Amino acid sequence: MGRVLPRRRIGALAAFAVGALVLSGCSAGDLGSSDSGSGTTISFLADNSDSTLKTAQGLADAFNAKNTGVTVKVETRPQGTEGDNIVKTRLSTGDMSDVFMYNSGSLFAAIKPEQNLAPLDDQPYVGDLDKTFKSTVSAGGKLFGVPFGGATGGGILYNKAVYAKLGLQVPKTWADFETNNAKIKAAGIAPVIQTYQDTWTSQLIVLADFHNVAAAQPDFAEQYTAGKAKYASTPAALRSFQRLQEVHDQGYLTSDFASTKLEAGIKHLADGTGAHYPMLTFAVATLVSQSPDKVNDVGFFALPGDDAAKNGLTVWEPAGVYIPKTTTGAKLDAARKFLQFVASKDGCDAIAKASTPNGPFLVKGCALAPDLAAPIKDMQPYFDSGANSPALEFLSPVKGPSLEQITVEVGSGIRKADAAAALYDQDVKKQAQQLGLPGW
Amino acid sequence: MVPRTAGPRVRVEEALAIMTTTTRPHPTEAGKHTGAEPRRRTTVKSPYPYWFYLPAALVYGTLFLVPTFASFYFSLTRWTLFDHEFIGLDNFRQFFDEPALVKGFTNTIVYAVVTSGLKVVLGLLLAVLLTSRIPARGYLRSVVFFPVLVSTIGVGITFTVLMNPEHGLINQSLGVLGVDGPGWLTDPKWALLSVALVDVWKGVGLATLIYIAGIVSIPQEYFEAASVDGASAFGRFRHIVLPLARPATVTVIILSLIGGLRSFDLIWAMTRGGPGFTSDVIASVIYKQYQAGFYGLSTAGNVVLFLVVTAVIVPLFWFLNRKEVEQ
Amino acid sequence: MRRHLTGLAAILVSGVVFVVPFAFIAVNALKDRQQSALPDFSWPAHFRLVDNFVEVVKARDYMLIIAFINSTILTVASVTGMVVLAAMVAFVLQRRASRWNGVINFLVLSGLIIPPAVVPTIWVLQRLGLFKTMPGLILIEIAFGLSFSILLFRAFISTIPRELDEAAVLDGAGPLRLFFRVVLPLLRPVAITVVVVQSVAVFNDFTNPLYFLPGDQNATVQLTLYNFSSQFTTQYNLLFMDVLLITVPPLLMFMFFNRQIVAGMTSGAIKG
Repeated sequence: MGRVLPRRRIGALAAFAVGALVLSGCSAGDLGSSDSGSGTTISFLADNSDSTLKTAQGLADAFNAKNTGVTVKVETRPQGTEGDNIVKTRLSTGDMSDVFMYNSGSLFAAIKPEQNLAPLDDQPYVGDLDKTFKSTVSAGGKLFGVPFGGATGGGILYNKAVYAKLGLQVPKTWADFETNNAKIKAAGIAPVIQTYQDTWTSQLIVLADFHNVAAAQPDFAEQYTAGKAKYASTPAALRSFQRLQEVHDQGYLTSDFASTKLEAGIKHLADGTGAHYPMLTFAVATLVSQSPDKVNDVGFFALPGDDAAKNGLTVWEPAGVYIPKTTTGAKLDAARKFLQFVASKDGCDAIAKASTPNGPFLVKGCALAPDLAAPIKDMQPYFDSGANSPALEFLSPVKGPSLEQITVEVGSGIRKADAAAALYDQDVKKQAQQLGLPGW
Repeated sequence: MVPRTAGPRVRVEEALAIMTTTTRPHPTEAGKHTGAEPRRRTTVKSPYPYWFYLPAALVYGTLFLVPTFASFYFSLTRWTLFDHEFIGLDNFRQFFDEPALVKGFTNTIVYAVVTSGLKVVLGLLLAVLLTSRIPARGYLRSVVFFPVLVSTIGVGITFTVLMNPEHGLINQSLGVLGVDGPGWLTDPKWALLSVALVDVWKGVGLATLIYIAGIVSIPQEYFEAASVDGASAFGRFRHIVLPLARPATVTVIILSLIGGLRSFDLIWAMTRGGPGFTSDVIASVIYKQYQAGFYGLSTAGNVVLFLVVTAVIVPLFWFLNRKEVEQ
Repeated sequence: MRRHLTGLAAILVSGVVFVVPFAFIAVNALKDRQQSALPDFSWPAHFRLVDNFVEVVKARDYMLIIAFINSTILTVASVTGMVVLAAMVAFVLQRRASRWNGVINFLVLSGLIIPPAVVPTIWVLQRLGLFKTMPGLILIEIAFGLSFSILLFRAFISTIPRELDEAAVLDGAGPLRLFFRVVLPLLRPVAITVVVVQSVAVFNDFTNPLYFLPGDQNATVQLTLYNFSSQFTTQYNLLFMDVLLITVPPLLMFMFFNRQIVAGMTSGAIKG
């Protein structure tokens, strides 16, 4: 029966298998990456979005150029919830990089900072950091992170050329906004851009309305965390969902809202086929790289509320840079040096050089360069006058995971605002129970 | 591989004759002979030793079964990855309270039945076509199989763009024909079905390949005998291919049904269960819990899904294999 | 004549159903960023084949090349292991009736049904000292791929006549020789199917490497897609170019093995 399979074929098969195993023994090697010098090398984990990566690499390069005997090497992970799970898995199995970048606020609270991170309270730069930011990277009275870049505004990006052509003013109240929308629609332009193929963008009207909620009911965040205030039963909060329903019901949305993504939304805005885009100033970087010639046609204002006197901006705090408890010895010293750099003027400059800033820095002594993109410049007054509040997710650990599906339903006319708010309250309850918060 | 001396050939033909008889309901002398064998085998050392299981069992046991049993425990806890608290069956109660679950359940069944049904039928037809002597066979096989090679993410992105209601190629082409195409992925009525069709597009190559392997294994003698008898093409299909490709059919049904019941990656890449919750399936509901960091809850969901799939597949598997033995 | 008509029809239909989507990917892979922001079937205004190619390959310190090396090693080693181990199990499972068969069948099906539990698996790997090693990842891929492979093999071993085993045993072959020299070669069509399918699965896998062998120097090809698609921006032209590039190795492999299947048809596994 030996004839059935020639001997050499078995030999080939075996050689193939052995070869594969031998190959697998050695790693691929560090192809293309630069040599690390002498001294300590630490790894820095950042997410792999274009702007984060540029910022992280810019920080590492500027820091390495200072020759402190420490070399920082950037590693990447996916963004979004896949990235959340990677960070949690690596922390819980004791396998985190020496330094890592991760969200502040409610997501920060979910990685058990006191158990997993090294506190920074004894560091010299602590006094230079913005107070609100510090509260979003603190737990149990201890500080754990330094800001990764500047604050981001959530509001309305608008086309200034359309405004100029129709003789419109930047609205201070929701009623003014609706009047503008009616005029824009009459001129044959879509008043409000929505892009539900990127589901997360559907949340912006609801989330960016939080400054108005807080203005109407200052203790909402506290009551909400305690399980006492609900979206469905708090008129100011329910209003956020109603605003989203309103723009849909009035027929103000771009006709392709259900099937487009962020890029297409930015294109509508830049080309003037849509006038308003409820968005984070994060997206200005996309605008700059996608339509560089149209950047100055675009401006930014806060999502208007009911009271012009209380008009103000909802702000997203930047991500933090943290050191896990598993970093020890020489690496811990090196990691601290790196964080000190990130929280310094040199660090801000490196960040500003690496990518389009989203908004003002939160470190004392750092200022934005004067040649800013127009929409970012429009944010500054809200900071100068102090008319701003952090978004709810930075004041409360509770954020329901299904909000983006629910807001897609409201914005598409599948579900009404009050039913949506009630459904979201249920979603929030599940999250709070999972967190084991009291009062739920 | 082709034995050239007389000895093995005789044995092979003998074997063929026996196989023929075992697949037909008339036992002959040779058939009885095989039936008597197992008793004889117990006395000598078996040529099928149990230790063949050992290497696979070792790898599978340590790296799959042990972690799986560990995770079942966590379905009874509130688990943040950093610590866990025993809460009994609360996770299961909460999972069944999920608003999207009822819809997800019917969607799962619809999706699994549509995708596996189409894969079985189209896969078999394509395999028959691609094993016949048609021109450009190599090209056709490659083309049909190509989608299997492309990553789910890539397929998802491509079809999301092609199915765009305004700018998408599909609706533009339909527009030329005077048909007003629906919002394939944005209309709640169409979203799930559209994803299922893309799933079939991507997966039919695999079903075809399994069928081709099955058809190729059918001894040529049958076809020769059939053509001597003057059987038509359909007759050959009905009386030779269909019954003898049975193991392939069973495999395709089982694999595509399990795949369909568990599927969520393409749904996730194309609609994320949307618009809203309209194209959610059980697996995507579970994935959302996992993404939200509700690890205990998502593990409980997995236990539920496991029980559902087992309840469908195990009886089916047993039934299909029993029929195989009977024949 | 009819055969040619069928063939022609098949080529036409396959052209529309299967080729058009890929032409779409290819066309958009050639465009510049602005034109591809809203991907459509228009002709590229500027041909950027070389520029896009170079940009994709160079992205993130030549990550794509590292990823190709990693994915190749992982695929070759784990698929080899999978095929041999699964065929051994399937062979005994199909041939030898015992009271264990029910249990084993159930375990095999479970492997298809239950999604792997990531964190407990990491604990086990850490205990074995295999966490963050390539051999560890290879064993993981083998463990997760076994069920599928066993199921396929099992179905086709039933088509091999037992009399061939008998004859081999009479010739004095032990179990190993019987399996490796007689049975495995006869399983060629299905073995090729398993190799093709599992290679694609492992080559395109990215979650397992992400969790069990993290780090950029360990990236696999699927991960490179994320270089061009993020929550905030998608560079469709580069993304589609990357999709094309990482589909080439599986395609070459398939074309190679496809000929093997055709060869199997003419030489005949069972025909003798």
